[in-house]
Amino acid sequence: MENLNVYLAGVGGQGIGLLTEVIMRAADHAGLKVKGVDTHGLAQRGGVVISQLRIGGKVFSPLIPQGEADVVIALERHEALRAMNGFLKDGGTLVYYNTVWQPLEVRLNKTPEVTEETIADECRRRRIKEVKAFKQELKDSRMQNTVVLAALDRHRIIPGIKTDQYLRAMGDLMEGQKLESNIEIFTNNGKFHPNSKGPGR
Amino acid sequence: MKRLGDILLQEKPFSEIVMGNTALVRAMIEAGTRVVTSYPGSPTPEIAAAIKSIPGEKRPFYFEFSTNEKVATEVAYGAALNGHLSTVFFKSVGLNVASDTFVQLNLMNIIGGMVIILGDDPGANSSQNEQDNRHYARMSYTPVLEPASPSEAYVYYREAAKLSREKRMPVIVRLSTHVCHAKEKVSFQEWHPSHADDTPRFNSANGPYIPLTKEVFPMKRRALQRLREVEMFAESPSMCDLLDNGNKGRGLITFGLPFLSLRDVLERAHAKPDILKLGVVYPIPRNRVIAFLREHEEIKILEELDDVMEREIKALAYDEKLSTRIIGKTDPEDWIGEYTPDKVLDIMEKTWPDLLPRRNVPDKGLPSVPNRPAQMCPGCGHRSAFHAIRKALKDEYITVADIGCHTLGFLPPYQVGEILMCMGASTGIGSGLSLFNQSRKVIAFLGDSTFFHAGLPGVVNAVFNQHNLTLIVMENGTTAMTGHQDHAASGRNFNEPTEKIPIRQVLEGLGVEHIYETDTYAQRELTDLVKKAIADEHFSVVIAKHPCMLKFTREQQRQPGYRRRSVEIDQPRCEQLHVCVEQFACPSFQRKPDGTIEVSKDLCIGDGSCIQVCPTGAIPKPAVPS
Repeated sequence: MENLNVYLAGVGGQGIGLLTEVIMRAADHAGLKVKGVDTHGLAQRGGVVISQLRIGGKVFSPLIPQGEADVVIALERHEALRAMNGFLKDGGTLVYYNTVWQPLEVRLNKTPEVTEETIADECRRRRIKEVKAFKQELKDSRMQNTVVLAALDRHRIIPGIKTDQYLRAMGDLMEGQKLESNIEIFTNNGKFHPNSKGPGR
Repeated sequence: MKRLGDILLQEKPFSEIVMGNTALVRAMIEAGTRVVTSYPGSPTPEIAAAIKSIPGEKRPFYFEFSTNEKVATEVAYGAALNGHLSTVFFKSVGLNVASDTFVQLNLMNIIGGMVIILGDDPGANSSQNEQDNRHYARMSYTPVLEPASPSEAYVYYREAAKLSREKRMPVIVRLSTHVCHAKEKVSFQEWHPSHADDTPRFNSANGPYIPLTKEVFPMKRRALQRLREVEMFAESPSMCDLLDNGNKGRGLITFGLPFLSLRDVLERAHAKPDILKLGVVYPIPRNRVIAFLREHEEIKILEELDDVMEREIKALAYDEKLSTRIIGKTDPEDWIGEYTPDKVLDIMEKTWPDLLPRRNVPDKGLPSVPNRPAQMCPGCGHRSAFHAIRKALKDEYITVADIGCHTLGFLPPYQVGEILMCMGASTGIGSGLSLFNQSRKVIAFLGDSTFFHAGLPGVVNAVFNQHNLTLIVMENGTTAMTGHQDHAASGRNFNEPTEKIPIRQVLEGLGVEHIYETDTYAQRELTDLVKKAIADEHFSVVIAKHPCMLKFTREQQRQPGYRRRSVEIDQPRCEQLHVCVEQFACPSFQRKPDGTIEVSKDLCIGDGSCIQVCPTGAIPKPAVPS
């Protein structure tokens, strides 16, 4: 298999570390070689948090060069655009959870919020496949990452990883009630529409 | 669920996906390490997190977070004098704090062996500089092993422990940030748990341990001799990788994570140069390097941060009268930043323009995205503190910050703390700013973990030399920024509950006469107290405390029946004065295009510290969830 570079972005506190770990372990269960790295400057809530995954046999550094991610996975809309700008290949895939945690400049009314339209336009212009994930009335915002994981599975974003392998990886990392509720979100396709519209629309 | 603690204690060989920091802990276990110490600092705290995953009674070694890196180094050294293999780990700038002790270590005969794990931070991801600690290694004749990956971190620690024990000398394992945090599947060896013989073996006959007068020279001679011997080890095949691409013209010498960046970059090369990758970066394996120089017409030294190795290799080539062209750093940018694949690509294009295919020009017309600086969490007591303290400050006052979460007060909209240096420096710097200064009041800030770490001498000095400034101790009960490690005033150490060392009583004991104290959520009171303290014309201290709400909320969430609360805006009452979003600036407040404010339920923790900031009372108390 060709190398696959997956760049994950979010805001501190969104649970990007767990999402990365699930994908890494699922890839491993699928027999794929995988390297990763988390980059979180200050271990603080509220800053940008990045994880990088590189899958395939011909991978050395865990760091993805600029513009060389095949897939960007973002847990927040601003971070989706930032990651696309910096790292996503033209013709690549963007999966993002359509929520907004406004950056400081937006809250101080110095810059407008990034809109869904901006991202959609940019995806069209750069021939990027856009997958939006969102789930109304999620009990705990820390489960947004599992909604995204379900989208990765449904759309077969990472070739070679099967549903069972995602589930097994979740079982490696969680237990009890937490595992149950995450599996419910992951498998509950009936209530979940990955392309549903975002909040407040 | 796989439990890290169980994984790390397996006796049979196994493979597991782990980060570099975790791989080190398994290596400690296999090597028979008996005492491990640290002070928390990124990129190394996850080493302690992995240690914590092993229940205390099963943990094959003692671990503590000491009050600072110097004390941690001393504890590890003392243990090693009794024959225990010991290890101390901390971040790059931690070595500055530890240095007074550290530079002496190699004069000593450390019978148990001692490994120093350094988390250097090229790229200054989470540090106030990107200092290259190989300079300290040279200064103190201490060997440095530098792994490029988690797998190598595991192997190199074990090698370092063995070497250190054999030679009875300190050995450094230097990891950069993205080696500490890199994850991959690592193959671990078996572990034979053995009953440790803990007989205290200190014997002055193993010394001397007193480096005074005429004793210093033989001790130094021994240190230099040992370093010579380590060179033999550095030559060994396990510590040198030669990638022979059959290129007689061009070769590269490199080490650490830049080696992996280089390999990615060279995948596209027209004719790959040979690569000599070193595992021991100080002292360098002279014979291997000379041989590699002889075999090539041109050698590029790919060295992150400073030109430590470049100078050594150039000197070697001079001594050996070699005509090989040696290409080192050519412009100041080569000294700056992490050698990521992107950076290495730039350097390689500059070094050999014909080596790689041309790159596409990056797209210029990308839509802009607002920056997202790190910020204080929802409910953070520091936010209430800065909001309140600002009201007590005049424009001409000078505010000095220290290291910790409260450093972020320098950001808009608070902009408190205009000077930052290093751990514990604020009171000293503030004292200097107060000299010959009747007109501009000086206010210094200090976190509670930092208070004990390096803050105390500055406080003692301010009392002793009667400096006129106000110190605000921001007490949140934990070492928050590095992930909530306990400190002397937390009421717990790493292993068990302890008596708190109360900051107020410490200050009283030191003779501080003007001490004020309040919870930061009592914003009006805090403003008044700070005004009073500033008016004192003596050294005064305000203890502004509130527990770290990130830690508190996480603990609450683990309780059964926990229900998250959040505030809401009473929209009819809101006059859109925007104090909540623009001055108090809790990230939970989200601004809609029409100027209305909404509260993000993802972010708000329902702490209610914002209720008092709304001039029109449009933030009611959060309802108790049913």
